Amino acid sequence: MNGAEFVPLSLVPLLTGICVAVACALPGNFLVLRRQALIGDAISHVVLPGIVVAFLIGGTISTLPMLLGAAGAAVIAVGAIEAVRRLGRIETGAAMGVVFTTMFAGGVLLLEQSDTSSVHLDVEHALYGNLESLIWLDATGWSSLLDPQALASLPVELPRMAATLLVVTGFIVLFWRPLKISTFDEGFARTIGLRTSPLGLALVIMAAIAAVAAFDAVGSIIVIAMFICPPAAARLMTNRLEHQLAWSVGFATLAAVLGYVLAGYGPLWIGMQDSVSAAGMIATVSGLILGVTALVGPHRLRGSAAPVG
Amino acid sequence: MIGDALLLQLGYNATLVTIGATLLGMAAGVGGTFLFLRKRALVSDAISHATLPGVALAFMVMVTLGGTGRNLVGLLSGAALSAAVGLLLVSWLGTRTRLAEDAAIGSVLSVFFGFGIVLLTVIQTMSAGQQAGLEGFLLGSTAGMLRSDAMVIAVSAALTLALVLLMRRPLTLASFDPEYAVSIGQNVRRTDLAMMGLVLAVTVVGLKIVGLILIVALLIIPPVTARFWTERTDRVVMISGAVGGLSAYVGAALSAAIPAVPTGPIIVLVGFVLFALSLLVAPGRGVVSALARHRRHQRRVHLRQGLLAMAQGQPIYENMTLRLLHRQGWARPDGVPTELGRGRASRALRDESRWQVIRSDPAFEAATAQDDGLTDIETVLTADQLAEVDARIPRAEALA
Repeated sequence: MNGAEFVPLSLVPLLTGICVAVACALPGNFLVLRRQALIGDAISHVVLPGIVVAFLIGGTISTLPMLLGAAGAAVIAVGAIEAVRRLGRIETGAAMGVVFTTMFAGGVLLLEQSDTSSVHLDVEHALYGNLESLIWLDATGWSSLLDPQALASLPVELPRMAATLLVVTGFIVLFWRPLKISTFDEGFARTIGLRTSPLGLALVIMAAIAAVAAFDAVGSIIVIAMFICPPAAARLMTNRLEHQLAWSVGFATLAAVLGYVLAGYGPLWIGMQDSVSAAGMIATVSGLILGVTALVGPHRLRGSAAPVG
Repeated sequence: MIGDALLLQLGYNATLVTIGATLLGMAAGVGGTFLFLRKRALVSDAISHATLPGVALAFMVMVTLGGTGRNLVGLLSGAALSAAVGLLLVSWLGTRTRLAEDAAIGSVLSVFFGFGIVLLTVIQTMSAGQQAGLEGFLLGSTAGMLRSDAMVIAVSAALTLALVLLMRRPLTLASFDPEYAVSIGQNVRRTDLAMMGLVLAVTVVGLKIVGLILIVALLIIPPVTARFWTERTDRVVMISGAVGGLSAYVGAALSAAIPAVPTGPIIVLVGFVLFALSLLVAPGRGVVSALARHRRHQRRVHLRQGLLAMAQGQPIYENMTLRLLHRQGWARPDGVPTELGRGRASRALRDESRWQVIRSDPAFEAATAQDDGLTDIETVLTADQLAEVDARIPRAEALA
């Protein structure tokens, strides 16, 4: 495969996939350690009602209102989960189950009741996105990367995802110590004067930003997979948080690249004609990675969790 | 039209589906209670998402064998198989590695679903078989269902409900008090397994009606709703079954009557309405009743503090206290005590001094435990004890 073919067709989806995977896996590390792994699941479900409401209000399928709608829905969901948990004195898991299924159901119902036949907006799209469609039309080869005219037609998802990745990384670098301390020992963090609840909320908001920015390009399912699988696999590889983050970035990148390649070219190798869903394949590969580490990872057993438990 | 649907007048198929949905809702409500009580509600989310690859694989196998791939029993068997694999993986990751259960749930859920999507895109490119309708498993679709399928759903929902009811007792015991269950010789591990089996059955039967994304709601919302109304496990089970049945019945009927309303979402929304109502108005645990309790308490504290201030001749600045005292007729609007108020105030002060005496005396330890700064000491001590306490109050006669 040469540059003339690779750059316009595969470079953008591949890079976007990597950005999504890493942007989700980074906050995912903390969510997994804090036993909030399913927050990602909840957020990615409520993105659908968010974009539907934004569409009904705005009437168009432009990006900014939809991102705002999705972000608004994520914030409402987090607030509603907390409200149900406190008002009803219900454990978090059940509160999440009540809120995200209801919001998702509301989104589906709104979608079915409103006339969206003229635009490309459906449940399947929100679930598994369309990574393959991010084609860079004006690119002719590797040289296009330096050509401002060609760069102007770069699918907007890539720079948006790259910016999201930067924001998420910046947040983690900036708040590294407080995040680390409050994740492992919240009580201690509080005694040394860290404000742990705003920090926890900020982490969830970071996760929501990553999820919302990602769903448009790749759909919800890959977002959930990337929040959990690479960090969980990394957790089985090491006891040090720094190393865990590094492993998770590596695993996320591997899943994105391998998943995309397998989805695009795998079926051709075994004699089928069409490619399969890249988002689904990336999730599958990340699961396989987790499976391997669960079988042979050096720190897969509970007893090896010496410093953190 | 809606009335017809609620009265099951919309034809044989719709009626069968509605009855099936109702039975399934009841089974889900009862089965979900045990999950909820064992704090494992979201395991069902992993189970339901894990059905997708099974459905797709079953379709592919049936098409390869020369069928149309639409046989519901075949598709559901595939769903049950892959859901069972997913369930095993969740418990394997949760027990054999150091990952917490939520990470295990999330990874199985997303990976199985992702793999299912891959298989669905493979199916889209297959030329044989009638693939239309597989998406119906995502969100549930009962419109235009074959009579045989409706029959399958109604019968299997009835069987699931019977199974849940049969196993109610051991499940109740294991989820309410696992240690006790073990001590009387019950195999809790096996009961847990049975519970998961039930959840799996509910999920698989519910695939066609509610869809795999939302079936988890049918297992979570009814028990959470029921929990507001009672503190007793056996009643939670019954109320939850009723809530589940009612939501499914109303939802399925509405969906049959109104065009373009998918069954799953409307059932979930009906369930949520019941949940929200319970959250608000349930006695005891509901928000309204909690607010009323809070107001009552607040009133007592303000009145008490106001009386004590009056008895000691201190001015009262707090507006709410002034208002409450005035409304009771114990003080004028400017805070000057009335005759009645003066009497009340000195009684409050005497009460306070009596409490002070017994607080420092270990002999009254049991009575002191009821000291919340509001309770009238005369409701706690006997007359003899009070006389003894009064004798020890310094200058008691000056206050009385």
